[in-house]
Amino acid sequence: MLSIKNIQANVEGKEILKGINLEVKAGEVHAIMGPNGSGKSTLANVLTGNKSYEVTGGEVLFDGKNLLELDTETRAREGMFLAFQYPVEIPGISNATFLKTALNEIRKYKGEAELTPKQFLEKIKEKAKILGLDETLISRYVNVGFSGGEKKRNEIFQMLMLEPKFVLLDETDSGLDIDALRIVSDGVNIYKNGKNAFLVITHYQRLLNYIQPDFVHVLYKGRIIKSGGKELALELEEKGYDWIKTEEVETENT
Amino acid sequence: MTGKEFYIENFNTFQKKLNGQSKSFLNEIRKEAMNRLTELDFPTNRNEEWKYTNVSPILKQNFIPAVNTTIPKFTKEEIKKFLFNDFDCHLLVFVNGFFSEELSKISLLPKGVIVGSLKKILKENPELISGYVSKISKIDNAFNALNTAYALDGLVVIVPDGIALEKPIQVLYLNTSENELVLSLPRNLIVAGKNSQVSVIANYNGYGEKVYFSNIITEVFADENSIVDLCKVQNENENSYHIEKVQAQQKKNSLFNHYNVTFGGAIVRNDINSLLDGENTETHYYGLYMANGKQHVDNHTFIDHAKPNCMSNELYKGILDDNSRGVFNGKIIVRQDAQKTNAYQQNKTILLSKSATIDTKPQLEIFADDVKCSHGATVGHLDETSEFYIRSRGVPQELAKSMLIRAFANDVIETIKIEPLKEQINHMIFDHLHRIEIENK
Ligand SMILES: Nc1ncnc2c1ncn2[C@@H]1O[C@H](COP(=O)(O)OP(=O)(O)O)[C@@H](O)[C@H]1O
Ligand SMILES: [Mg+2]
Repeated sequence: MLSIKNIQANVEGKEILKGINLEVKAGEVHAIMGPNGSGKSTLANVLTGNKSYEVTGGEVLFDGKNLLELDTETRAREGMFLAFQYPVEIPGISNATFLKTALNEIRKYKGEAELTPKQFLEKIKEKAKILGLDETLISRYVNVGFSGGEKKRNEIFQMLMLEPKFVLLDETDSGLDIDALRIVSDGVNIYKNGKNAFLVITHYQRLLNYIQPDFVHVLYKGRIIKSGGKELALELEEKGYDWIKTEEVETENT
Repeated sequence: MTGKEFYIENFNTFQKKLNGQSKSFLNEIRKEAMNRLTELDFPTNRNEEWKYTNVSPILKQNFIPAVNTTIPKFTKEEIKKFLFNDFDCHLLVFVNGFFSEELSKISLLPKGVIVGSLKKILKENPELISGYVSKISKIDNAFNALNTAYALDGLVVIVPDGIALEKPIQVLYLNTSENELVLSLPRNLIVAGKNSQVSVIANYNGYGEKVYFSNIITEVFADENSIVDLCKVQNENENSYHIEKVQAQQKKNSLFNHYNVTFGGAIVRNDINSLLDGENTETHYYGLYMANGKQHVDNHTFIDHAKPNCMSNELYKGILDDNSRGVFNGKIIVRQDAQKTNAYQQNKTILLSKSATIDTKPQLEIFADDVKCSHGATVGHLDETSEFYIRSRGVPQELAKSMLIRAFANDVIETIKIEPLKEQINHMIFDHLHRIEIENK
């Protein structure tokens, strides 16, 4: 579904991603782990087309389409979704307006009819229930006055509403207590099916107890330095990142 | 002969046309105003109050006072598209400043309430208004003198003590130049008696593309315990000039809400003044200005805290695109007597292009010591992080921008109490944005 080939990217002239390769197939969950500052969010921003991040090399294919040629909104309509590490507060725009506009733009792109107000409301109710969200949230301004946990939950709510094919979760677990973490993970697990795929970015193993990854990759200084199965996450939890870093240095020396 | 000389020269011809009205109390006021006009010069940039607004394009052309032109006829069908609808209201229509009985529709009014035209009241009950006209508002500049000298018609609303007028009054001012360049001079008066309530929507519109000049004075008298809402939505044509002075006088415990939404006009100047002439009054000024092309929009507000325990609150927001220019000057005087004053003022502007500019200035003069005053001005651009967030959900860039602009305007618009009016103004904001098509600049 998503094929990342040797992606390199700069932020403010500084090279952050130094050649990332990754293959994600439908039905798979990949986790990307790595210490702070290693480039995880940069990868998420590159994949969603944030103009502040300059791609200097490489290619990304999304269901065969050249992803990097599409603008941000077209990627979203093709099914790319990012649950932001820092969701944005937008005073003056209600969640209802925000979601209705997004949903209808996506539907229009796919040649589907706009939802009637009734259909929209029913959908809201159904998805809010999954996450135990208060429906009155829908009339509040996007993320304004939300706690950190509520913002993260709202990201997952948007995911359930927009039904993307490919979901990037950027540190969705940070700022969540155990209960909220369970709710958010349940939301993801309910949504997960054989046709969609996830890239879960985190620097704790904790989230991966709830969302089971098929593959775990370690991103360090702009490179994936190790990949493995879910046992790699446990190993990292136990031993930290240092042993891989050393391994990396050793391989570089030989 | 241009500008001032032209208007002075024509005054005698104008006076002769008045015949029947020459005995009206207003005629003395008119002559005085003409004397003032001979003394005064039209403001230039050397004048501190007009530092950023160059009115010389207005003075280069001779506008004919509408009374000396043929007032065009419109049908009810033709004016429909200019009206705010979906709510029950009294409707008054003025074409080039003159009342049109056929186009207006005033429903049954409580006893003693007057909603009508200045011209008619002057003929029938001049004593009802002689205590107010030109008493509330003094002549500050040549434009005010010009209006006072030549104005013959305008809105008059008088609500006697103890009456709350249920339906709002919608006033459509439709202006247009056909064969001559028209000077439209509405002279408005709103008087709210003790314990009364009234809401007026002043809806200014232009017909056609030709240049004309609207030069308006609106006087508002809010007696004790009254509530007055005055909502101005200005959508004149893009070549026209629009100057208005609003002068309010508030007696104790009164509440005055002024809304000022600007879309149209090539050169626009609003002076919105309130004299807080009684204790415990409350005043709210909400402003929204959207400009593009070469539009120039100048809002000068002035709140005169003359008595203790009064509260004033101002929020003006601007959205400026292309080469447009905004000016905001917010003057607040707290007189020595006016202890326990609360005065707040905020001006926020978003610049959508590199060449749009705003000059914003608070002007606080505080002579009392027990006072809470705050003011702030911000100038910025649309937030790119928010734009990216919205786009990342599938919303195209242009729509994302207009959503953010709408959101920016929201805290002004949401204060409008008439729900359908609010909705329609929101639509106008969207329409306006689509017309200017925000590109990636
Ligand atoms: N918007 C930005 N502006 C400037 N520097 C940035 C920006 N985003 C990321 N960086 C820099 O890029 C590097 C990688 O950051 P990031 O991708 O956020 O890492 P991670 O998500 O793995 O913690 C860091 O050194 C960070 O300072
Ligand atoms: Mg990050």
